[in-house]
Amino acid sequence: MSASTLTRTTVAAADAVNNLRAPTRQGRLAFLWQALRMDRLALLSSVVLLAMILIAIFAPAVAPYDPAKQSLSMRNDPPMTRPAPDAFPYVMGADALGRDVLSRLIFGARVSLAVGATSVLISGLVGATLGLIAGYYRGSVDDVIMRAVDVWMGFPSLLLALIVLYVTGAGFWNVVLVLAVTRWMVYARVTRSLVLSYRENVFVEAARATGCTDREIITRHLLPNLLSPILVLATLETATIILIEASLSFLGLGLPLSVPSWGLMLAQGREYVTTAWWLVTFPGLAILITALALNLLATWARAVTDPAQRWRFARKMKPAHR
Amino acid sequence: MRRLVHSVVVLLGLVVAVFFFTHMLGDPARLMLRPEATAEQVEAVRDRLGLNDPLHEQFFRFMGGAVRGDFGESIWQRAPALPIMLDRLPNTLYLAGITILIAIPLAALLGIVSALRPGSLIDRASTVVGLAGVSIADFWLGLMLILFFAVNLGWFPTSGFGGPQYVILPALALMVRPLGRISQVIRSSMLDQLGQPYVTTARSKGLSERVVVTLHAMKNAAIPALTLIGDETAALLNGAVVIETVFGWPGIGLLLIQAIERRDLPLIEACVFAIAVMIIFANLLVDLAYTFFDPRIRYT
Repeated sequence: MSASTLTRTTVAAADAVNNLRAPTRQGRLAFLWQALRMDRLALLSSVVLLAMILIAIFAPAVAPYDPAKQSLSMRNDPPMTRPAPDAFPYVMGADALGRDVLSRLIFGARVSLAVGATSVLISGLVGATLGLIAGYYRGSVDDVIMRAVDVWMGFPSLLLALIVLYVTGAGFWNVVLVLAVTRWMVYARVTRSLVLSYRENVFVEAARATGCTDREIITRHLLPNLLSPILVLATLETATIILIEASLSFLGLGLPLSVPSWGLMLAQGREYVTTAWWLVTFPGLAILITALALNLLATWARAVTDPAQRWRFARKMKPAHR
Repeated sequence: MRRLVHSVVVLLGLVVAVFFFTHMLGDPARLMLRPEATAEQVEAVRDRLGLNDPLHEQFFRFMGGAVRGDFGESIWQRAPALPIMLDRLPNTLYLAGITILIAIPLAALLGIVSALRPGSLIDRASTVVGLAGVSIADFWLGLMLILFFAVNLGWFPTSGFGGPQYVILPALALMVRPLGRISQVIRSSMLDQLGQPYVTTARSKGLSERVVVTLHAMKNAAIPALTLIGDETAALLNGAVVIETVFGWPGIGLLLIQAIERRDLPLIEACVFAIAVMIIFANLLVDLAYTFFDPRIRYT
């Protein structure tokens, strides 16, 4: 790299970073939007996720058929079969009870996203709070919390989930709570290490010197800095949780049989793997697409929100946003 | 030594947790019987298992049994649970062992080559594997492998246990996640190490690139990967529960699921205990490996 490019890059980066400290929320959103438009994969992922969420919310309006409606004459009919000559086809075929696979997938999106979002919310809140306390107050509180995290991490989490669900039985809230209980430590670790690095920082010292209370330091100075890394982690965790929920439901220990869940659909389609490929293909593809979109989006978000990497995006932006 | 104590604590914690969930949250007699069992049947089982004794007596009896490996008699097979479980253990070790023995060297190779040639075809391929590893449900991958290689092409049996052709598909399904994650970590730690001054020194001494990469950088790059290998081995043993079910592989995972379906509590406990011991043992091995790669860490 020649000296002049180096200078230009440095100047551009410094310039960009300065402008990134956009004082308004609007400025920051505009920056994110610009950065999103530059990364085609991330843009596609967010479009896919947004579509998933909308489909999940408006499932009754979007689904062509009632997901629970059985029709014995249509058992395991292949994709594109029409229930009546001029009716809308079963685009992804019918399952062993003659139910429309596409409609069940659409309602399944509800289940997967709801389980993912709720348990991520619970485990994130609990884990991040504990991590914040441990990192900020240090001392014996820190020791106790982090020891618990270490021991909990060593636990075989799927086994624990299996045992608890075996005792409590299948059910939405049982699954959500079990998954939250097995995943909170991840947030505690990340939050603690972030707090540890920030609390020695000049801005925290300055805040303390000007007489801020602990609560003010935490809410005004630490939390804004913690938010984006925790959100990135939460995005990754949503993908993980959706995968674990699918495994649990596949084993028959997750959600009750009456719920159209992607994992359950795979379990029910498994018997017919030799005769009805659509039963095992589409639900798994739905899981794959959702998890992939979440992972790609998290990778992008990490790069954009990391101040050390942000200039890469800023440098390529249109002058208007620099 | 400290690690060993830690492992024992985790194991005891697990046994306590199992006791808590089965005896206090649930009622073992109800858990063993079918939901339609009458009150008299439940009472009879409670009596036979000593569930009407004070809770602390039950707890000590349970802990004492677990420490000695005595989980009681399997209800399904009417024989002590431990031997039934031990009978299936080698099959799980075989599947997990093959998977790890292929996944780790392959991940190292992928990671190192992509670090040496960033942006190359192999680098991009390993990124895809890395993404797939964290996005694909492994049991679904198993189903797809069955659909494609066993049903459509007929190259491998769809499920079961036997010669080497039986282990290939389940091992492939189990492998994607550890392969993807470990190769990504090795790639980034290799890139870190190659930028270190000691690598420049080694190169300027006139050492061949092969010596620099294999003897100097690789050893140091292995350390961050080791932690992950421990975690991934644990995840692998967890994942084996699902994969064994998909492929009808007669290991502990399948046994666990069969025991759960038959409400066979002693057998469930034996299986959980066995998987936990394997996970803890794997973590201990990883800790020992640290001392090999990084002499600064010594356990006393």
